[in-house]
Amino acid sequence: MSGADRAPVASADVCVVGAGPAGALVAAELAPDHEVVVLEAGPRFDDSDREERMERAVRPAHGPESVWEMGGQRDAYSSTGERFYPLNRARVKGVGGSTLHWQGMVMRLHEQDFRLRSELGVGADWPLAYADLRPYYAAAERALGVAGADDNPFAPPREEPFPLPAFPPSYSDALFADACERLGVATHSVPNARNSEPHDGDPACQGYGTCKPVCPSGAKYDATRHVAAAESAGATVIDRAPVQRLEHGDDGERVTAAVYATPDGGRHRQAAREFVLAAGGVENPRLLLLSASPQYPDGLANSSGAVGRYFMDHLFAGVGGTVDRPTRQNHVGFNTTESHQFYDRPSGERGAIKLEFLNYAGPSPVEVALGGDEWGDELLSTVRERYGNHVAVGALVEQLPRRENRVRLDPSETDDRGNPVPDVVWSLDDHARRTVERANEIQRAILDELGADVTWTVGPENTGPAFHHMGTTRMGDDPSESVVGPDLRTHELRNLAVVGSSVFPTGGAMNPTLTIAALSLLAADGLRERLRRAQ
Amino acid sequence: MELSRRDVLAALAAAGGGGSLAGCVAPAGDGEERGGGTLPAHATETLVAVAGVVYPSAVEGVREFVESYAAGRVAGDPGHRDGVVAAVCALDDHASAWHGDRFVDLHEGLRDPTLRTLGVDEADPNPAGRPRERVRYYLVNDLLYALYTTPTGGELAGIENPQGYPGGTASYQRGPRP
Repeated sequence: MSGADRAPVASADVCVVGAGPAGALVAAELAPDHEVVVLEAGPRFDDSDREERMERAVRPAHGPESVWEMGGQRDAYSSTGERFYPLNRARVKGVGGSTLHWQGMVMRLHEQDFRLRSELGVGADWPLAYADLRPYYAAAERALGVAGADDNPFAPPREEPFPLPAFPPSYSDALFADACERLGVATHSVPNARNSEPHDGDPACQGYGTCKPVCPSGAKYDATRHVAAAESAGATVIDRAPVQRLEHGDDGERVTAAVYATPDGGRHRQAAREFVLAAGGVENPRLLLLSASPQYPDGLANSSGAVGRYFMDHLFAGVGGTVDRPTRQNHVGFNTTESHQFYDRPSGERGAIKLEFLNYAGPSPVEVALGGDEWGDELLSTVRERYGNHVAVGALVEQLPRRENRVRLDPSETDDRGNPVPDVVWSLDDHARRTVERANEIQRAILDELGADVTWTVGPENTGPAFHHMGTTRMGDDPSESVVGPDLRTHELRNLAVVGSSVFPTGGAMNPTLTIAALSLLAADGLRERLRRAQ
Repeated sequence: MELSRRDVLAALAAAGGGGSLAGCVAPAGDGEERGGGTLPAHATETLVAVAGVVYPSAVEGVREFVESYAAGRVAGDPGHRDGVVAAVCALDDHASAWHGDRFVDLHEGLRDPTLRTLGVDEADPNPAGRPRERVRYYLVNDLLYALYTTPTGGELAGIENPQGYPGGTASYQRGPRP
């Protein structure tokens, strides 16, 4: 096994912190030509355990955090904002990172997302335009094996077909399509990072219906694919090696080592020429803050004071109910129809809305069976009554960056290594509330047109996060207001790059992983060039 | 509706801790315990008896399904085997205290009320909990999970590709059958 003795790698060119999609892609890109080491805080999970994890996810005796073994003192955290943030349900630590439990939806941001400040006077502009990222988006779609169709009239321009054909619409999509057509709402397919046909040695989707949090078949993309590619090319991946701090040289301009812990209680220093921080939107800023030094008492790369600030997530909005006919839900665990008609903002008054037509509305039969207090014929009657005619329209809703939403250190509590835990301070503003309300209006109109009996609404008061951690090491041209530049390097330490959604200046309302992947490929190009010039 | 060998394989696949049908034989049925990694015959008989209570009456082939599933489920998973055996002991203790017999020896009409007087119907499933919670987890919910993740169990409920069963990507596109 790669890195089995957990010793540092001699003469490493690149040290990547984190084996999720952001870090795995960088490692896979650079490993063929450079000595790459990846330090991952969590374990390397055995693929053969995935059905057992699926059982854990479905059976009510096991909490959601147990599926991928999150929790305990290793993952202790605080949440002191207006809204509680369930951090350990929102991430996975391990080789593959949070793609192990993700939904697998992969959309490009829209052109407007990159220029909210200049166009609408809200949020922030990215230091990149859509055109800058466009070739990287195409490369990211190839890397993730995205199944999609060019049928979305609201999508930004693209240059080539998706690598795999889109999943066809579901039966319930057809019910929604009729209602939406009468309302003038255009629907279209969903780009999915799961195989609609066998691809590159991985199987087609087998329809387990448990995509989030476990795909037992391996048809859904997860970052273990790129970890494997990196290792095949010679990279070393060291699991259960949480990085404790980054050390810098006397000049304060370069990181010299990542200090990591090992299960046997040891501590090691991994030196490298280039460092890539890819530990997610919470651990990225936390590690920079934990790496404070006499020269940088407020943390590394933090002269702007922006490290940990501007924490954003997408908000979920939804309306659901029942209709008087079968809707055929819960055959699969992913969606096949969306509408991006309400995505671009007409003004700065509301944010982006991405509508999702769920294929898993209401409980599945096995969930009803395991959660009730009946059995036998009585239980079967209840299962039949509760399954079969549910419908729901969900949405991701944009949250603008706000300085007071942040990830900071909570010195009153420490993790299993004695480090202050992250404190996620999260709240909503009126802009976000208005956007959730607008999403609910659209969703109710669609369900009314469908003739549904609405039974639940997730609105501004009971909304929750979609588990997309963004903004905490924001990208920008101005070092006084941002942490990294458009090449993803920190403004202050010239051999330290940060990848992942923590660099997003704004988050839009698209699931972030395709943009994470595109930015990783962009960062890898920069790293490759810097390594070449240094040779 | 008849449970089949395909259903057993589906249930074992959904229960990731389980093994396979390889070497799977009918339990001894005479009270003798088989070797390590297998379930004692009495435990298997108790699972069959519990299934008789918690499975709907429309299901046929319950004995064969439960015997094969239980044998495959514990193969290679001694922790689960021990949990089942302990839950059977807990259920027998309760049955003996109330009726003077082990659960499998009770008249069929007494089995349902015996589970209820133990509080299994309202218990939260918990593999490390109180007796009724362990009975709920290892006996009742394990059997229900096995049934409702199979094609036959799904069909009973109105879905031919139930959650937990790898039934492909055609069924979600189809409308209801007339």
